Amino acid sequence: MKPRHLPKAQTSRKMTDTMPLPYLPNTEADRAAMLREIGVDSVDELFTDIPQSFRNGRFDLPAPLSELELKRELGQLADLNANLNDYACFLGAGSYRHFIPSTVGHIIGRSEFYTAYTPYQAEVSQGTLQSVYEFQSLICQLTGMEVSNAGMYDGSTSAAEAALMACAITNRSKVAVLSTVNPAYREVLDTYCRGKNLRLVTLELDSSDLPNDCACLIVQQPNYFGYFEGMETHVQKAHDAGALVIAIVDPISLGMFRPPGDYGVDIAVAEGQPLGVPMSFGGPYLGIFACRKEYVRRMPGRIVGKTVDVDGNAGYVMTLVTREQYIRRERATSNICTSESLMALAAAVYLAALGKRGLRHVAELCYHKAHYAARAIGKLKGYSLVFPQPFFKEFAVRCPLPPSEINHALFKKKIIGGLDISDLGENTMLFCVTEMNTRQDIDRLVKTLGAL
Amino acid sequence: MRHSYLLPDISRAGRIGCTLPELDVPPSEPPPEELMREELGLPEVSEVDLVRYFTALSKLNYGVDTGFYPLGSCTMKYNPKWHEDVARLPGFTELHPHQPEESVQGALELMYRLQEYLTEITGMNATSLVPVAGAHGEVAGLLMVKAYHQARGDKGRKRILLTDSSHGTNPASVAMCGLETGVVASDAKGDLDLNSLDSMMKEEVAALTLTMPSTLGLFDPKIAEIAELVHKRGGLLGGDGANLNALLGRAKFGELGFDYVQLNLHKTFSTPHGGGGPGSGPVCAREELVGFLPAPLVAKSNGKYRLVSPPSSIGKIASFYGNFGVMVKAYAYVRSLGPEELKQISGDAVLNANYLKEKLKPHYFLPYDRTCMHEVVFSGKKQKAKGVGTVDIAKRLLDYGLHPPTVYFPLIVSEALMTEPTETESKETLDRYIAAMEEIARDAVENPEILHNAPQNTPVRRMDEAKAFRQLDLRWEIRDEKQ
Repeated sequence: MKPRHLPKAQTSRKMTDTMPLPYLPNTEADRAAMLREIGVDSVDELFTDIPQSFRNGRFDLPAPLSELELKRELGQLADLNANLNDYACFLGAGSYRHFIPSTVGHIIGRSEFYTAYTPYQAEVSQGTLQSVYEFQSLICQLTGMEVSNAGMYDGSTSAAEAALMACAITNRSKVAVLSTVNPAYREVLDTYCRGKNLRLVTLELDSSDLPNDCACLIVQQPNYFGYFEGMETHVQKAHDAGALVIAIVDPISLGMFRPPGDYGVDIAVAEGQPLGVPMSFGGPYLGIFACRKEYVRRMPGRIVGKTVDVDGNAGYVMTLVTREQYIRRERATSNICTSESLMALAAAVYLAALGKRGLRHVAELCYHKAHYAARAIGKLKGYSLVFPQPFFKEFAVRCPLPPSEINHALFKKKIIGGLDISDLGENTMLFCVTEMNTRQDIDRLVKTLGAL
Repeated sequence: MRHSYLLPDISRAGRIGCTLPELDVPPSEPPPEELMREELGLPEVSEVDLVRYFTALSKLNYGVDTGFYPLGSCTMKYNPKWHEDVARLPGFTELHPHQPEESVQGALELMYRLQEYLTEITGMNATSLVPVAGAHGEVAGLLMVKAYHQARGDKGRKRILLTDSSHGTNPASVAMCGLETGVVASDAKGDLDLNSLDSMMKEEVAALTLTMPSTLGLFDPKIAEIAELVHKRGGLLGGDGANLNALLGRAKFGELGFDYVQLNLHKTFSTPHGGGGPGSGPVCAREELVGFLPAPLVAKSNGKYRLVSPPSSIGKIASFYGNFGVMVKAYAYVRSLGPEELKQISGDAVLNANYLKEKLKPHYFLPYDRTCMHEVVFSGKKQKAKGVGTVDIAKRLLDYGLHPPTVYFPLIVSEALMTEPTETESKETLDRYIAAMEEIARDAVENPEILHNAPQNTPVRRMDEAKAFRQLDLRWEIRDEKQ
């Protein structure tokens, strides 16, 4: 990061007055010929349906720049950021830094994938469709759930759509969420629930009962603070009250830990970003959404199915489309249309590249490194782990100083510390350690904390 | 050309598709047994097989880089290659959303400037970049409408009026927001029927939302009267900006009387469609709605950029701040354009559509024979009378190596062929498309079998969708074989 500022609104000199944009192939001669065919004298005449008083308003934009100049300008903007290749970072809380094999970027960088759109014409979209089928399969295998859709916007909206789906299935209008669920997810849930005129109730982890008019209980495993909860108890409690269980999971943890399909949840959702998608300051991400087969017709989002063509050859199509907005309009299961297809492809390539052994190994690296860090931090004077329960890669630490002060000091040493969650507990920080953090990083963190 | 195998078919125990580091810290106690997973049924694939597999799949796809893609209301314009390069700069991708604000000033500055440019282009007062797709932006806009009326104590307004040519996402979004839909009819010219609006614009109406130009590719010249009527009755006018491409540098939503508009950066602002996302659906608002925008916005004070929540924000609608990676590409695009270039884009987009309209009019029924904007909607009903459906026309286009238009939409045009060429196509490309469509029209009369049996030249032929629906096969399944 360089502490300098960009020159204000650079201006560019054009080579000639008629220098065209490279993505506008029509020449003046083409335009003239086309205008003749249409039978008008100028392009402006084609805009006369726009009332005169609204036409040709002033657009106050800086002068355009060329590719070369803009690459320079964007490079400067990028340099104003502290990119995590240059820092040791211990942030998690919904966005995670994991290793991404180069194969992922190269495959999603193939323009046959990224310049296509929603595969409405199956005959020329088998690449996208078959990739989605792979994605759905891999997500089912990973989560232990029976069916998966083609992906949602992100983890939080997956959770919110799951809540709406649970309300539709149970015909109830109250949604319960545990207070140990990521607060950002709870805020998004709140927005979606208010929108749909549903009631959202937040329950403490140890609350004994679930009101019997709840459509669902939303839990997170491992939870926001990183530790594992007793899922059997949650599932039992919810099912006793006639509610569905929605579990928000960490897909990397599933390389090692029990999947939601194992402990009987009805809908499993997750932030898919850890599976081969860069952090990119919060997006684009990927919502994972999987459920029991009996609810497949109530699922939001695209679903791809395998079938045959007229010659009997296997192929793939979007199926169950009668759930969707472009067929069913206001009675659709969701309004979702454009989603995060390319990120689902990234996740499929990532899961295939790592495979069984790779994903387990990554999960183990996270687990052992996080525990190594937690142990060392816990031994520092004034620092203590807040929760005694088993955890995966995140843990909450009570600190002797306000976390903002600590982070300030760490930043000077090229370390980005944990997330300040002092609003949830006095002087508390939420640390995350992944395979990206080397032993040296962790030791440096511990040493710096100890010296404060 | 077909691709008959799946990942499990190239999976063998012991293979892997990447290398990973060994553990460099002393191992800890393993977790309690009851938390551990027993089996993990993921395929084991070598890197070379993996790359070949997905490369082969990519070749079965048709994208904008493959050829002409006139999918109506989707604005499949060319996606400049260098945008991909800048979006992958580590200074943009390797940023954690919870990093301290002082360490992400470049990202925030980019977002701030993009907010400003989009606000200017739409003639609004502020923009939230948070919505990640067009339909997500629709929800944001409708929640803002709802919050606006509630804040004024005007609680009875529960109905959103749409037109009968609106996108399917529009009514679905209304339902997501707990509101009800009323449908205003179009008149014989394809514009909004003012009498219908007048009779429906009652006090329970919260807003009228309009796609402008409409999905018929038409700009409604009565827009000022529409806005006035809606506002006079206490409603708001919402814009679906899916078709903003036609208005770039020409007219502003704010000046046309819209109170908010939701955009699609993956349409108008040239970011790639990704096979169905990621997109980005910013929502731009006029003064009275600015306070309700989804959080957060980027604000600037004392030369520093900060994330802030508008005072009466509808709240958070996504985990973080929107699809930042998409914003970088849209920023790159907007900065390549000045007022002149914006005008050139809409000019060529509209010129191309009108050229297609004139050239194909003799062969296909044109339900609204007037100057169109960025897209033209034909009907295949002449061909239908000969037993050839729009689906047959679309499938036959595939044999010419061309992507068909959007078909059977908008719903008010029977056998619709909604064609949006965009400005990035040359006259030669359009002429090739025209020639193919002429030939298809001829074949519909003289040789209909060739249309019924199309496509022949594609990786697979027409799919059995009924079978896909009846016998759901949504995944493969493998067991974890213990070694």
